[in-house]
Amino acid sequence: MPETINMPKLGFDMAEGTLIRWVKQVGENINKGDVLAEIETDKATVEVESPASGVVLQHMVDQGAVVPVNAPIAVVGNAGEKVDAPAAAPQKTESKPDEKQAEQPADSSQPPPKADEKPATPLTPAAAPVAQTKSTPQPEPPAPAATETDGHVKASPLAKKIARDNKVDLSHVQGTGPGGRVVRKDVEAALSSGQPSAASRPSTTAASAQVNVTQEDQVIQTTKLRQAIGRRLVESKQAIPHFYVTHEYKMDALMAMRKQANEYLPDNEKLSVNDFILKAVALTLRQFPNLNATIKGTEVIQFGHVNVGVAVTVTGGLMTVVVKDTDQKMLRQISAEVKTMAGRAREGKVKPDDVDGSTFSTSNLGMYDVEDFIAIINPPEAAILAISSAREVPVVENGEIKPGWRMKATVSVDHRVSDGAEAAQFMQKLAEFLENPVRMLV
Amino acid sequence: MAKITMREAISQALMEEMDRDPAVFIIGEEVGVWGGTYAVTKGFYDKYGPDRIKDTPIAENAIIGAAIGAAMVGQRPIAELMTINFAFSAMDYIVNQAPKLHYMFGGQFKVPMVIRAVGGGGRQLGATHSQTPDAIFAHFPGLKVVSPGTPEDAKGLLKSAIRSNDPILFIEHATMYQVRGDVPDEEYLIPIGKSKVQRAGKDVTIVTYCKGLELSMKAAEDLAKEGIEVEIVDLRTLRPLDMEPVLESFKKTNRAVVVEEGWKSYGVGSEIVSRIYEEAFDFVDAPIIRVAQKEVPLPYNRTLEQAALPQVPDIIAAVKEVLK
Repeated sequence: MPETINMPKLGFDMAEGTLIRWVKQVGENINKGDVLAEIETDKATVEVESPASGVVLQHMVDQGAVVPVNAPIAVVGNAGEKVDAPAAAPQKTESKPDEKQAEQPADSSQPPPKADEKPATPLTPAAAPVAQTKSTPQPEPPAPAATETDGHVKASPLAKKIARDNKVDLSHVQGTGPGGRVVRKDVEAALSSGQPSAASRPSTTAASAQVNVTQEDQVIQTTKLRQAIGRRLVESKQAIPHFYVTHEYKMDALMAMRKQANEYLPDNEKLSVNDFILKAVALTLRQFPNLNATIKGTEVIQFGHVNVGVAVTVTGGLMTVVVKDTDQKMLRQISAEVKTMAGRAREGKVKPDDVDGSTFSTSNLGMYDVEDFIAIINPPEAAILAISSAREVPVVENGEIKPGWRMKATVSVDHRVSDGAEAAQFMQKLAEFLENPVRMLV
Repeated sequence: MAKITMREAISQALMEEMDRDPAVFIIGEEVGVWGGTYAVTKGFYDKYGPDRIKDTPIAENAIIGAAIGAAMVGQRPIAELMTINFAFSAMDYIVNQAPKLHYMFGGQFKVPMVIRAVGGGGRQLGATHSQTPDAIFAHFPGLKVVSPGTPEDAKGLLKSAIRSNDPILFIEHATMYQVRGDVPDEEYLIPIGKSKVQRAGKDVTIVTYCKGLELSMKAAEDLAKEGIEVEIVDLRTLRPLDMEPVLESFKKTNRAVVVEEGWKSYGVGSEIVSRIYEEAFDFVDAPIIRVAQKEVPLPYNRTLEQAALPQVPDIIAAVKEVLK
């Protein structure tokens, strides 16, 4: 029975992905777990693994196609097996190399990849697929996503003017012109269907004042990842009423226990302070389901799992990798998973599962000697914990000043979901684990 | 209204103006006894005699130079170039003297001269005799460049050109002398420097002139069968260029194709497209495409020549491309 492979969903806000390269061609043998294709979202380039072994029977979309989440992209089955073609994925056609250029051989080479489409970060498509189009006629370059590339909306001047006059946000208009260009009829269709106007939507550029660029200034094109971060966090900060609670934790016991534990572990498996904190946060969240939640209209959805997200610095921005069921995992397992996923994130080879499904996020700047900072909530979650450095400082205990390990952490919470008292209690409860770390082991 | 050929229309214009004004005379190679290479001045020699119909040696710079001098002292010469390709032999007179005399001598002189020149390819005359260098001449301020696409326009524009006090290059297409069209029976003039909508439509604007008009009208008919309504704006005059009807049409259709017989690079189409972008940018809904001659010296071989020249299917394809 042939198996259909669909466009995976990599994160809650992913609606579509660009299939940038077929790794396995039609007719090639493939084993379960082999990489079938590479897809690109606005966050990362991801490898899609085959869930079945057999032969690639069919590619249902072309390279460069923008495919909605869960739409079929390929069929794997036994050699010679008949494909009951599922409905072809609705895909936007990407711009093709201009055929007319063929009459001018001197000028007909593939247009060079635009610098702004090739951020330096390996998280975004490599130049390789572009180079391939020169030697083989079929593959198309990983063309930019149809309607929005680098935050730039591809639209005709007329479409832009109509949008401007009617305050239509073009980034939400589906383009039907060549390469997904938004043309007049698309804007008119959007107008008649009542698209949200630009005025009612947060804009990532709204706050940018007019800047005069001089020769001394350097202009750097932002990466897709940076833009995605920008969009999401503007949305978060504008839509979510954040409030913050800071707590200082006594870390002496935890530091001692970590030192002791690490004596039994090989170098590459040593536990970090953050591993302990993740475990402590997860256990605390079990008692505060309201902070392990999301708000949807008038309902708060308290998640059945505790999946703690960990912000990881990568070239060109940051990503959140997710430890599933953090509350149920051993410290060593948490540590190993974070190491593996963070490594993949830094190499731009993150797997869909790595970044999907977090219910509460953490951001740790401890390694940079930070006293305290606050984080922006990662939607759709209801809270995020900003963890600062554990520092040896003078502390007062029983009227005496003596050295002690202290660490501050600040929780940012969605006020639509929770209040200060609950957040403060959460921070207090967290102290029970962090300050008596043996509780995490029992 | 009579249906007459382009040849007859031009011939009528010349004769009417010669009858009207004794200062008008014709000078060129084989214009007299032979009656013109394209038989436009057949019978003129017998009617007007050698004083007003002057055969010359094969010396284009002499033809144009003599015409300029005559014009400066009050005559109204019509100089004929057997093909526009020979204009290069008289280039200094055409672009460097005639257009500048009025300007450089503070208005003391006028150059009321018409140069009739036959342009275009498609008659297997080889690479040096088949060119469409209209854009070169339209580049020079002071020289008006007219190139009609219908008998009616040819007659009305040529009469206006002869009466004009400015030097005018009047370009006729070598393959269009047999084209027939309605021409008013009564006398009429068509002003120089006015573009015209030759076919009304709403989906896409074709901007063209001369031979391009003939091809575009055929393309429009084929496209109409598919439900695509093309509006065709005929420039008629390349300088001074009248963009008003072009912009008006483009603001309605938002999509355009420019058709010319000359080469694409640095051509008439380049100018039109630039003007649209400059003056109607907010109305652009798709890139504007140029249909033009392939960038090669025009081949002699008929098949290759036809392949190099813009054809009706090229225009149809371009229209469909801009409508994507």
